[in-house]
Amino acid sequence: MSLLAVEGLVMDFGGVRAVADVTFTVERGEVFTIIGPNGAGKTTIFNVISRIYDPTLGRLIFDGEDITAVPPHEIARRGIARTFQNIELFEHASLLQNLLLGRHAHKRSGFVEEMLFLPRVRALEIEHRDAVEQVIDFLDLQPHRDSLVVNLSYGVRKVVEMARALCTRPKLLLLDEPSSGLSVEETEDMAFWIQDIRTMLGITVLMVEHDMSLVSAVSDRVLAVNYGRAIALGTAREVQEHPDVITAYLGG
Amino acid sequence: MRFVFKTSYAQDLQLFRDSVQRNWYAVLLVGLLIVPLLVPSYLVDISLVFIYGLCGLSLMVLAGYTGLVSLGHAAFLGIGAYAHVYFVHDLGLPWLVSVALASVVTAAAGVLVGLPALRMTGVYLSIATLAFALIIQEVLTRWERVTGGLKGKPVDKPVVFSVNLGGEVAFYFLCLAFLIGGLWLTGNLLRAPTGRAWVAIRDSEIAAQSMGVNLAVYKTIAFAYSAALMGVAGALFAHKIGFLAPETFSVLLSIQFLLMVVVGGLGSLHGAFYGAVFVALLPVAISQARDSVPAWIGAVAGLFGKDAGATFLAVDQFVKKPGLEPGLFGLILVLFILFEPLGIHGRSRKLQLYFSTFPLYKRATFRRQKTYMRSERLR
Repeated sequence: MSLLAVEGLVMDFGGVRAVADVTFTVERGEVFTIIGPNGAGKTTIFNVISRIYDPTLGRLIFDGEDITAVPPHEIARRGIARTFQNIELFEHASLLQNLLLGRHAHKRSGFVEEMLFLPRVRALEIEHRDAVEQVIDFLDLQPHRDSLVVNLSYGVRKVVEMARALCTRPKLLLLDEPSSGLSVEETEDMAFWIQDIRTMLGITVLMVEHDMSLVSAVSDRVLAVNYGRAIALGTAREVQEHPDVITAYLGG
Repeated sequence: MRFVFKTSYAQDLQLFRDSVQRNWYAVLLVGLLIVPLLVPSYLVDISLVFIYGLCGLSLMVLAGYTGLVSLGHAAFLGIGAYAHVYFVHDLGLPWLVSVALASVVTAAAGVLVGLPALRMTGVYLSIATLAFALIIQEVLTRWERVTGGLKGKPVDKPVVFSVNLGGEVAFYFLCLAFLIGGLWLTGNLLRAPTGRAWVAIRDSEIAAQSMGVNLAVYKTIAFAYSAALMGVAGALFAHKIGFLAPETFSVLLSIQFLLMVVVGGLGSLHGAFYGAVFVALLPVAISQARDSVPAWIGAVAGLFGKDAGATFLAVDQFVKKPGLEPGLFGLILVLFILFEPLGIHGRSRKLQLYFSTFPLYKRATFRRQKTYMRSERLR
């Protein structure tokens, strides 16, 4: 059984049909990439999967359960974490605070015990901190631990956002354009990390990406979309050579 | 410059950064304990600073940490004050029980305001809270059986466990105790998951949601907690002013509270207290200045060969105009937003850094950076 199944997804914004009948499945342990020209509906698909948008039609099956009507704050608990195309970090908090918020889905303390900061809360906090430190080690973020996010460079912020998503201990990681705005070197690092996340942490990755070198380096399967429709599915090479994809990118 | 050497995760969970900082707070506490000996004539004003400190704390949680700006916080103060007086006088409940009940009632009112406010952000939320404050003021005026209406309601001295704490010194310590309690509870919340969720909502609702923060629940908690603090402050405030009248809890007071957190510095507990000192003591300073400034300016004018007497009268007439105080408050708010958006707390941080890194201080450290990356598309 696949980890995520998107069935007949349709998303309308007023009269604009951003996603028109997209169906695909993401298998456990693979890196699945969605590519497409600007405005093809890639990020919309992401926002539907992370439940920020309610789809007009279609179903989402995650890990054997229908999540089409699950509220967005419930998604992290189910095991889906995401990053954002334009970085949505908590800028006036430290890196550590940002990552600790990634543990929110695992929060087990109540309001009153937090207000009195009972020993149990302290113990739970240290547990969260432990989990966060593992991610910090994994992504080499030690030098920035106490810096405010506003003071970090763009490249580091991209990694921090991925780290925050990893702190939720997801089964499925959604990466929205992980390489946008990164230098060539940083993009290469990103490719290594995505491979590590898959092989070392066993997390399935679904990403939207434009940089074809990154896509070819890490993806098991690639889905090309254009005008909200799936036009090709296969390995990176197969999709790149597909005539419809070439037409979509170059015009025809 | 001092660096803290961290050896355990528990160290990052302390309320104070290190023993040096803790000792400074101990010194501050000792200082506050001997204030009644040093300046006995200003005790009433300083008690008001503590009460306003609680109010500032309340609004800081909501505006500074959760990013929900309320223009109606005086209404919560009013609800707390009237509820407390009603419970203590009309129902004869014990004092502490009454304060607790008043804060519960105010928290309930906070939830009531918070629920419709969940769908609103920014200026729309401020307008909604403003409307709420006006409604509450009207209710306080009309509900005469409980509030005494426009005739007002006298407040007795606080009697806790049959000990009269109405004296200036006793009341000073009562307010101080409540302020410290409020600071402790709020500090605890802010280092726990709830506080992080608030900050997350302030900085990016969409990311907070995707990380599992239920926006509706945490915004409501913020409103309820903020209102409950305001309710406690209201109970103390009632004893401080000794007579409740609906016009006390006007929009102007709400604006003063907002001024407090902005001038103090949004997003820090220190800021709430700095703001409280500022707002509570500014009227004292103004009234002192009213007496001394006209004569002083008159004397200076005399030195420059102007008619000293006429200048004195003109200035005197100007400073005794009734709208001067709110006008000054507004002017100060504008100046702070323009020149020091981080408030007094931000300024004091800069000063601390200046002295701790002397002579290597760089102005650029605090230069505001403009970022153009955040997307507003999903809002």
